[in-house]
Amino acid sequence: MTGIAIAFLIIALLVVWGGLVASILYLRRRPESSEYPPGGEDDHREDEAPIEHDT
Amino acid sequence: MANQAQHVGAGRPREQWTGQVGFILAAIGSAVGLGNIWRFPGVAYENGGGAFLIPYLVALITAGIPILFLDYAIGHRFRGAAPTAFRRLGGRWLEGLGWFQVMIAFVIGLYYTAVIAWALSYFVFSFDLRWGDDPAGFFVGDYLQVSDPGFSLQFVPSVLIPLAIVWLLALIVLGAGIAKGVQRANVVFLPLLVVAFLILVVRALFLDGAAEGLNAFFTPNWAALGDPNVWIAAYSQIFFSLSIAFGIMITYASYRKRRSNLTGPGLVVAFSNSSFEILAGIGVFATLGFFAFQQGVAVDQLEGLTGVGLSFITFPAIVSQMPGGPIFGVLFFGSLTMAGFTSLLSVLQVVSAGFQEKFGLNPRQAAVRVGAVSALLSVLLFSTTTGLLALDVADQWANNVGIVASAVLTTVLVIWVLRKGSELRYHLNAVSTFKLGGLWIVLVGVLAPVVLGYMLIQRIVSLIVDGYGELPSWYLVVFGWGTIAVILLGALVLTVVRWGFDPERFRVWPPYPAAGAGDRMPRADAPDGPAGKEDRT
Repeated sequence: MTGIAIAFLIIALLVVWGGLVASILYLRRRPESSEYPPGGEDDHREDEAPIEHDT
Repeated sequence: MANQAQHVGAGRPREQWTGQVGFILAAIGSAVGLGNIWRFPGVAYENGGGAFLIPYLVALITAGIPILFLDYAIGHRFRGAAPTAFRRLGGRWLEGLGWFQVMIAFVIGLYYTAVIAWALSYFVFSFDLRWGDDPAGFFVGDYLQVSDPGFSLQFVPSVLIPLAIVWLLALIVLGAGIAKGVQRANVVFLPLLVVAFLILVVRALFLDGAAEGLNAFFTPNWAALGDPNVWIAAYSQIFFSLSIAFGIMITYASYRKRRSNLTGPGLVVAFSNSSFEILAGIGVFATLGFFAFQQGVAVDQLEGLTGVGLSFITFPAIVSQMPGGPIFGVLFFGSLTMAGFTSLLSVLQVVSAGFQEKFGLNPRQAAVRVGAVSALLSVLLFSTTTGLLALDVADQWANNVGIVASAVLTTVLVIWVLRKGSELRYHLNAVSTFKLGGLWIVLVGVLAPVVLGYMLIQRIVSLIVDGYGELPSWYLVVFGWGTIAVILLGALVLTVVRWGFDPERFRVWPPYPAAGAGDRMPRADAPDGPAGKEDRT
């Protein structure tokens, strides 16, 4: 391969795959928001269903 | 339904992914499809090679990811398939936009299945290289038995049988529901796809001529960056690749629990999709380099570098010349089948979910009813001797007119007419780790409709003035504009039909602080206890 093609291969991998690795690491470090507004517990009250608890 | 459930509702909680990882895998499975393998490599090559990376990344960050987040926000905040979510967001007339998206997904599902059926056939053909020395003649003549444009009821059994198999499998998965069906299928097929494709790419890199292929793919042509069409190509590649703006990501996000991180996983999904595209570019062009080497020509003299031609004509030809070709063919067509199948599930889920919610069906009922109609139409239209042309034309219109129009309408109506940009941004930031600034609203509200609107107008003018694929104009009117007419008509009818329950009996969470009294979304009067909508069974 030519030098310029190798350079662009590496740049593409670094930016795009690097972006993937960075976004995965970011998500792993903070998988969920630390605080939510009150409410929104997962009790399905907005569904057409009785309350179900995760058991 | 149990008696106890009768008075509170139909007794079904909203389906959910089992967790964040399940959602991410399903969303990647949806985004990574045929377009990643057969469209991206050729588009990048033709639009500047290595230099294409710049418009591509700009398009990803300024349009792809922002619109992805818009879809997530709509689906998650209003917890519904596209028609339900838009109904709750903007009232009765906006529900029509949801059905417009469902109808696009319905049409795409009809022919996407056919392409997966071809890939499945070629997966089998790979074992004995059945296409012989003339892959083009084999594909068009022996396999598809293509006849003149028109509508024939002369079925081609070699297509009909795999098509029926694909429909059956897809409907079984859909009928099993989100967690046990769609998610489980993605958990199996997505890792398998990545492994199979990685083996294929590594093999391709060791072929003679691979380096020449990669040179062609990665050498930048800087002059291309001055060409507006290259930028449009980048925006459209990102746009079509990410499965955005026709209900898929709205539907998938609606199955997340309320307290769910949206933007963090969204970044993983978007970058996974692009990562797979780069990988596909390397694999496809290393392979094309080998082909050019075998033919004794330069890579730029090869033809059939994208789409159906690349997959079903060029690749079989290459496989025939390669030592260990059958294994390579099995990996390639196996990858194509799996990538397509997981995307198909997401397309069909849009349709299934829309019908489930409007008519109070469970996943199995929806899969059987919607699936039966779809499968029948799909078989009638695409397993006959006229299937290839119908497919090509329907695809051209459904994608370039239908989906792009859907995106323009969504951004203009949601951001400009209903002015929900701030509320949706508030929603994303309230539940997510990756916070969005006001720039997000500018990107989805201004840049996206301008770029996509330009693409749409340019395409419509070109389709009207130049036609398409040298096909007779009556054929384009029937199968091209006819597709759009069917989508619009379906959207209209389904919007007018009565709901099985009151879709607006729903409370958004979290309530938007700036929402004034009389805002139609939060229903403060909804009961606190085991509420629920009217019984709809």
